[in-house]
Amino acid sequence: MSDLRDLYQEVILDHNKRPRNFRAIDVPTHFAEGYNPLCGDRLKLYVKVDGDVITDLAFLGSGCAISKASASLMTDALRGRTVAEAQALFERFHHVVTTPPDQPVEDLGKLSALAGVREFPVRVKCASLAWHTLKAALDRTTLTSTE
Amino acid sequence: MTTTTPLRSASASMTPPRGEAAVRRAFDVERVRADFPILRRQVHGHPLVYLDNAATPQKPQAVLDAIVSYYTEINANVHRGVHDLSERATTAFEAAREKVRGFFNAREAREIVFTRNATESINLVAWTFGRTNVGRDDEVVVTAMEHHSNLVPWQMLCEAAGARLRVAPIDDRGELLVDELERLLGPRTKLLAVTHMSNALGTVNAVEDIVRIAHAHGVPVLIDGSQAAYHMKVDVQALDCDFYAATGHKLYGPTGIGVLYGKAALLESMPPFMGGGDMIASVTLEKSTWNVLPYKFEAGTPHIAGAIGLGAAIDYITGIGFDAIGAHEAALLAYGTEALSSVPGVRLIGTARRKASVLSFVMEGVHPHDIGTIVDREGVAIRTGHHCAQPVMARFSVPATARASLAMYNTRGEIDTLVRALERVREVFA
Ligand SMILES: Cc1ncc(COP(=O)(O)O)c(C=O)c1O
Repeated sequence: MSDLRDLYQEVILDHNKRPRNFRAIDVPTHFAEGYNPLCGDRLKLYVKVDGDVITDLAFLGSGCAISKASASLMTDALRGRTVAEAQALFERFHHVVTTPPDQPVEDLGKLSALAGVREFPVRVKCASLAWHTLKAALDRTTLTSTE
Repeated sequence: MTTTTPLRSASASMTPPRGEAAVRRAFDVERVRADFPILRRQVHGHPLVYLDNAATPQKPQAVLDAIVSYYTEINANVHRGVHDLSERATTAFEAAREKVRGFFNAREAREIVFTRNATESINLVAWTFGRTNVGRDDEVVVTAMEHHSNLVPWQMLCEAAGARLRVAPIDDRGELLVDELERLLGPRTKLLAVTHMSNALGTVNAVEDIVRIAHAHGVPVLIDGSQAAYHMKVDVQALDCDFYAATGHKLYGPTGIGVLYGKAALLESMPPFMGGGDMIASVTLEKSTWNVLPYKFEAGTPHIAGAIGLGAAIDYITGIGFDAIGAHEAALLAYGTEALSSVPGVRLIGTARRKASVLSFVMEGVHPHDIGTIVDREGVAIRTGHHCAQPVMARFSVPATARASLAMYNTRGEIDTLVRALERVREVFA
């Protein structure tokens, strides 16, 4: 049961219930659609970059609590950051969710709420879908998948 | 020798209790459970409650013994040696084919082709029968409740042949609209491919009627029996279907062994599927001629242990009997339907009047993945996702469902455990 509480922390349940930035952006500079073939979940990610700075991010789609909360937390965390910072954070986040649960990981603030997936290897994909989609959007690919 | 172990253990589970000899084949679920060693294990500190049988059921000891005994005592290649072991292996392999023939009541053993799984059985028909009979502007008909295995091969065939795929619709209960299906059958229809039972919805199709209707239009029928074959008696002669595909691992047998039944005349008329050893009669550097049925379709060394394991599984199933299995599973499905319907926020997907062993559901405000993870921590194994039936999910406007699916060894107590686990889900997502 403690594992479950690690996975479904308050922050995650809250962002699942009331996802932030859950909307489309009319004229995004970057867009990608993420797809998790394992569960059929789809995620549309809209990004607006001005110069080097991400001025807006938003998403739409259906997904489990983990993938929805992850997308919600990510969009909150990246607004106002530079593209380079976002890419660096992608690497750090990826490292956190893929490090074995018995090893220490750096604190990423609210994003660390997702570190609980380390106890649930099949759910790591759910946590990373939004981030992979972001990477694809910034690379200007249009469809990405976590498989 | 390969058959003694399975038979012993199969008959042990059906021996009536002392003094009740008259009640032949009284079904005792606890005795059946004792035949499945994996059911004794724990998961996350809880007794395993295995409700993912539609994906693959567990294997009885008799099947495990048959496989070990084959590799321990007679391992050799089949159809190609004069030595003792090769002869024994060939005899055991062909004895397994005969068991499969009897199980499906095919007229002849040569109508039973061993494949890897149902998917390969269906692809075999698509690439041989399909390639020779389906041409430009022809049509293949499927239904909206097919597993991807009985959809994608036909899409690929139609794409390659310039043919059209027509899809018979289903209603809100998940029942096939047979009238609509009949309307799709015409002079251009070269094949109807339909599932006997839906893995995502549990719907059991009236295949006996469907075959009759299709034949009245001159259309041959392939039935995907992957789900049906371990829940109910299948008689391919009574059904009069042209092809019947089944998969060994869902018949309580090992993975990697599948079955294609085809009417002999049809199989004779079809070109081979894959080329290689065993499937030829003679080979020169320029040209080869094909072996007789069923070997024409069995290129390369087959899954000998798999076939023998499947034979043992069939002995096990028939030792208990589909009357007993069907009655037990039907009662359990009724109990489970009632129990799940009483959980707040749960909605069943797939409420066909004729239905077997599948409880597909969604829960308000909770994604199936989260349900799956939480109940797993209580030892309950269910499947979550699209069940390789994305068009079915689209039809019901859900991205995924949670699915509890039953086998002969499941109990009411296990359904109760699932319901309690779903209450935990509610707590987490309160
Ligand atoms: C209805 C149906 N058809 C086909 C298949 C494919 O079986 P296999 O993967 O063993 O080929 C399945 C198994 O999931 C099924 O449920």
